[in-house]
Amino acid sequence: MEIIGYSHTFARGQKFAWPEKLMNKRIVLLSFLCALLMQGISYAQRVKGSDTLLPLTQELAEQYLKKEPDAEVIVTGGGSGVGIAALPENTTDIAMASRRIKFSEKMKFAELGLDAEEVVVAYDALAVVVNPSNPVDGLTREQLEAIFRGKITNWKDVGGEDRKIVVYSRETSSGTYEFFKESVLENKNYMSSILSMPATGAIIQSVRQTKGAIGYIGLAYLNPYVKPLAVSYDGGAHYAVPSVETAADGSYPIVRPLYYYYDSRKEDRVSPFISYVLSPEGQESVLEQGFIPVKMEEPGTQEEGTAVESGMKQ
Amino acid sequence: MKKFLEKAVKWLLTASGFVTSVVILLIIGFLFTEGAGLFREPVVEEGYVLALNRENPVSTLTAAEIKAVFDEDVTNWKDLGGDDMEIVPFRLEDADKYFTQEQLGAQYEHAGAAIASLVASTPGMIAFVPGSMVPEGADLNLIEDKNISAGEVFGGKEWFPTATPAPLFGILPLLAGTLWVSLFAILFALPFGISIAVYMSEVASPKVRNFLKPVIELLNGIPSVVYGFFGLIIIVPLLQQVFGLPVGESGLAGSIVLAIMALPTIVTVAEDAMRNCPRTLREASLALGATKWQTIYKVVIPSSMSGIASGVVLGIGRAVGETMAVLMVTGNAAVIPTSILEPLRTIPATIAAELGEAPAGGAHYQSLFLLGVILFFITFFINMCVEFISSRGRAKNS
Repeated sequence: MEIIGYSHTFARGQKFAWPEKLMNKRIVLLSFLCALLMQGISYAQRVKGSDTLLPLTQELAEQYLKKEPDAEVIVTGGGSGVGIAALPENTTDIAMASRRIKFSEKMKFAELGLDAEEVVVAYDALAVVVNPSNPVDGLTREQLEAIFRGKITNWKDVGGEDRKIVVYSRETSSGTYEFFKESVLENKNYMSSILSMPATGAIIQSVRQTKGAIGYIGLAYLNPYVKPLAVSYDGGAHYAVPSVETAADGSYPIVRPLYYYYDSRKEDRVSPFISYVLSPEGQESVLEQGFIPVKMEEPGTQEEGTAVESGMKQ
Repeated sequence: MKKFLEKAVKWLLTASGFVTSVVILLIIGFLFTEGAGLFREPVVEEGYVLALNRENPVSTLTAAEIKAVFDEDVTNWKDLGGDDMEIVPFRLEDADKYFTQEQLGAQYEHAGAAIASLVASTPGMIAFVPGSMVPEGADLNLIEDKNISAGEVFGGKEWFPTATPAPLFGILPLLAGTLWVSLFAILFALPFGISIAVYMSEVASPKVRNFLKPVIELLNGIPSVVYGFFGLIIIVPLLQQVFGLPVGESGLAGSIVLAIMALPTIVTVAEDAMRNCPRTLREASLALGATKWQTIYKVVIPSSMSGIASGVVLGIGRAVGETMAVLMVTGNAAVIPTSILEPLRTIPATIAAELGEAPAGGAHYQSLFLLGVILFFITFFINMCVEFISSRGRAKNS
């Protein structure tokens, strides 16, 4: 079972050294917790949810605590669903989520009369990669869907050489798998003969050594051994190559926002930490951790983001 | 005092044997109850219904048909026994496309009614919605809810455990993949294993044997992840070049890695069996004028056949249950393999890769336990074979 834990680390931690760093952070957080229990003055902010956001939030919390030694932030993982479920139970103050809140979860909140606020704290982009020897430079969403669903099986159908397409995917347990399915395949299923790899590193290795390969990886993992494809979501009118810049200005389409959700009644308590996360300093660490920072002046570039926000606030 | 001690030891041994057996039985019982739960799960995700327009005559759909509908592979109702009409699939996520926030209501109190009226006014629509949202007495036709059937699981050719609305749990590709890769692993390991065993027990000088035996046993101590990495970095690209394959991750790569992993077991057990061949038999053979080689293959190998067979079967057992190395080199494509050069997916790899995120108690979770039960039966059968072979060998010797 180690490989599963390992793959998460591999997928999200940008540095291999993070378990050790994590320990230090835990110790820091724990000592703050002890200090709090002894004094019992300030109120601890509990942050819970997505494992994708976990290392980033821990890093941010540590820096925030350096600036505000009196404050209190406790960060735990468990997955997006766990975090969102903990919000109405009042076992967390901020829920981290690597996906939008589901319609059914919104319904549940509405039943309980909970008014959840949504904040996009960072973006995470997925790059579609092929072998460097592949002459194809860009694909449309429709072509990608056809390839990952097994409707197109030869590179010559999309302007490449006469070579069989070998499609690599992540295992079903991965959040990346779900997001790619939602965004590129529009919730349809992958073909059954897809090759599923246990970790991002394995996909890179396989794409590197297989001429007809195609796969998807997090933007932070791009390296010279694989070639990223430009992607078009408007039928080929505009192609965008994945990079931090194109993902940030909204021209690269396979980008998922990473969210914090909180109860609007607790806004006073959570806003100092959230505004630190969204401050230039906080967004600097977002970039360092391999995510795409949110541009402060244009939170509305992602039209779905604003739609949800207005929907949530009503 | 001595008597008391003896008694205490005896009780301790009995108790430990008893406790171990009970624990093993409990584990098996747990496996079986969890696995059997799959057949009590509904085909459509629990708590959800598939709602159709009242005019639509279709009332039952299999899981495979539901998947085809929502993947837009089947786009006309006449393919499913209905009227000639286009299928319009509707998921809850699509609600924002059809309705404004006002129509759904501030607290989504109108969402159920809005969706119900949408389905009622669109003849070809099939809506996947929570059962609690469908208003009482709505003018809708609900797809009959059935439980997952054994036929769909044991005869199914598609493994899509996370598909919505209806996951598919066809285990045939996984079963075929497991047996296929194990068969080839043993075909590779058998000749090598036996030759090494013969060499070590009959040919090699004691000095060489004393060096070789620990080295081969060392192979047993290497973690399987390391074999997996070795396979992924060395064997996979090699196979790709040698056979000119479009993809190197294949059953063959898996069988080669498994063969290497099964070797130590086969070698150790077979070599021990040959060395235990009675000295009198060898001497009698040599005294009758047989050469050393004739003695080996006419006397030593036949007399230690049961030991060799046990080693081979134990090696198969290791190959069948191996998880990590296979997960990394076989490509894990859930299709029924037609040749060994294709990617395939084995049962242990599936359990290892998917159990971490399968919601506890759900159909996916239970299906993984069912896979565990099947694996249990495969290895149980193999162990029975070992018992049978070694008891037959004993009967012949005596």
